[in-house]
Amino acid sequence: MNPYDLPDSHGHFGPYGGTFVAETLIAALEDLKAQYAKYQHDAAFKAEFEHELKYFVGRPSPVYHARRWSELLGGAQIYFKREDLNHTGAHKINNCIGQALLAKRLGKPRVIAETGAGQHGVATATIAARYGLECVVYMGSEDVKRQAQNVYRMKLLGASVVPVESGSKTLKDALNEALRDWVTNVDNTFYIIGTVAGPHPYPMMVRDFQSVIGNECIAQMPEVAGRQPDAVIACVGGGSNAMGIFYPYIPYDKTRLIGVEAAGEGIATGKHSASLTQGVPGVLHGNRTYLLQDEDGQIIETHSVSAGLDYPGVGPEHAYLKDSHRAEYVSITDDEALKAFHDCCRIEGIIPALESSHAIAHATRIAPSMAKDQILLVNLSGRGDKDMHTVAQRSGLEWK
Amino acid sequence: MNRIDSTFAALKTAKKTALIPFITAGDPALDSTLPTMHALAQAGADVIELGVPFSDPMADGPVIQRSSERALAKGMTLRKVLGIVRDFRSTNQTTPVVLMGYANPIEAIGQAKFVDAAEAAGVDGVLVVDYPPEEADEFSALLQGKGLAPIFLLAPTSTPERIAHVARLARGYVYYVSLRGVTGAGHLDVDDVQQKVAAIKAAVPVPVGVGFGIRDGATAKRIGAFADAVVIGSALVQAMVDDTPNAAQRAGGFLSTVRTAMDC
Repeated sequence: MNPYDLPDSHGHFGPYGGTFVAETLIAALEDLKAQYAKYQHDAAFKAEFEHELKYFVGRPSPVYHARRWSELLGGAQIYFKREDLNHTGAHKINNCIGQALLAKRLGKPRVIAETGAGQHGVATATIAARYGLECVVYMGSEDVKRQAQNVYRMKLLGASVVPVESGSKTLKDALNEALRDWVTNVDNTFYIIGTVAGPHPYPMMVRDFQSVIGNECIAQMPEVAGRQPDAVIACVGGGSNAMGIFYPYIPYDKTRLIGVEAAGEGIATGKHSASLTQGVPGVLHGNRTYLLQDEDGQIIETHSVSAGLDYPGVGPEHAYLKDSHRAEYVSITDDEALKAFHDCCRIEGIIPALESSHAIAHATRIAPSMAKDQILLVNLSGRGDKDMHTVAQRSGLEWK
Repeated sequence: MNRIDSTFAALKTAKKTALIPFITAGDPALDSTLPTMHALAQAGADVIELGVPFSDPMADGPVIQRSSERALAKGMTLRKVLGIVRDFRSTNQTTPVVLMGYANPIEAIGQAKFVDAAEAAGVDGVLVVDYPPEEADEFSALLQGKGLAPIFLLAPTSTPERIAHVARLARGYVYYVSLRGVTGAGHLDVDDVQQKVAAIKAAVPVPVGVGFGIRDGATAKRIGAFADAVVIGSALVQAMVDDTPNAAQRAGGFLSTVRTAMDC
């Protein structure tokens, strides 16, 4: 494939991406674009970002050989990139630090964020506390009910959590509400988007901040596994952990990139979040991408046992990677993800997030048919502490 | 000549400011929209903006959000909106109708197919909130090819370069968003709006309308003193839902009081 240099200056990844927002937001996005272009290559900015990743997040996160599980499966060797070991428990913090550092440099004393499961909200609240920024997190009122513990964590960290009552009262509506806040308070507010979606420059900027994941893997794999992997596997909701690990691997032609979407209760039931494999292109939240929508162009409600994958769109770069066949996208059901979750707990002593369990499930599905010297690298994007309640309910385990 | 252009030309001759009501198609009832459009035309609407409901109206405040949700719950779709315009045109061939909404319902039909259907139905202009000029070249060309006006928003934060860009693409009128926020929000700084509108008028060859946050006749009159058009949306939509059984009548009544205030 040609040297990869996307997005273009208008934020387009082929036909996807772009700046599909109301005029009221354009000035703020232009400003952000200019500031990011300035700081992206600024030595002091990069040094501060790296310092924070090392001393506040605990990077680099290790690459771990799931030796016992690989042997049990009898095929490819499975490695985990341990983003679950980051401070706050997931990859989300990488991006939040990058954007919060920009907010500081732009002199914005207030940050806002949308959150679904609460992981991005917690990461934003965390970094806002660390930098002394006012923090407001928008969260669908349904999610507030489902994720009470994360709401409490955000409050402990000093953030205000605003339950969003509009639409389906979930992540997409929280994003709408955060955009409305931003339009209204654009002078003093920085909007920290949590995934590789939204209007340009967010998909590019979030990818860049998250690509520390893949860059570390490229350095770590030769040492840990002797070479680069045959495939990199990551779950895809909005797609930030996947872009973070995929992006540096794009030039590595021999490494397959596999994104795993949530098939929920099964694709045939319609209750899923598989935007790339089941959606059609359209425009939502500032970018053109694959969307789950009805025939009239209304966005439909999605389903996944993991709230972090429960989103009707997907980052536009994934849409491009799908169409260009550089990455392939598959889906895993709730039940398959839960089985992988339990197996991972019992076999490897690691409690993964339900989101990451989708990626793990796919790896364990394909590993047995592969040769023993083949290598699968799975982005274990978060830890499962937040999912105890969901798993206990679903699996009938005693909670107390 | 496009109905929007002839309407503004006639208003200019009469030295009057255009009054543009916005209603959401399908709210408060699927069958209230057509009689409401007639009532609005009767009450002095110069152009009617017909909102196409969308599941994710990110530029709208609570009043229009709820209105869109109600309309969608009742089964309103873009295709049905076009049907309403067609019915309206069977008895009204003079009042321009502008569709206002978001990109995705249009993309679901396909831009070119939508433009053909809109022209056939008797639509005069289209304002797509999330098609800013940099994403609108193709769509604007399609609209203009059928004699429909691409209508754009301008904001307090729009730079002179952007105003110039919009000036090149815009037909019909431009819609100046009078405050930093969503539809139906806060309080207007009329002096600030006046300054900005003067700058836009100097740069843009089409009439300049002002909307977002105009709630009553008094504000409409003040804005109308310097703008070419005044848009009223949230306040009207709220009045209609407050009196759902008589929505059309209520809309007409509301608009006449604004018209009277503006003209006196």
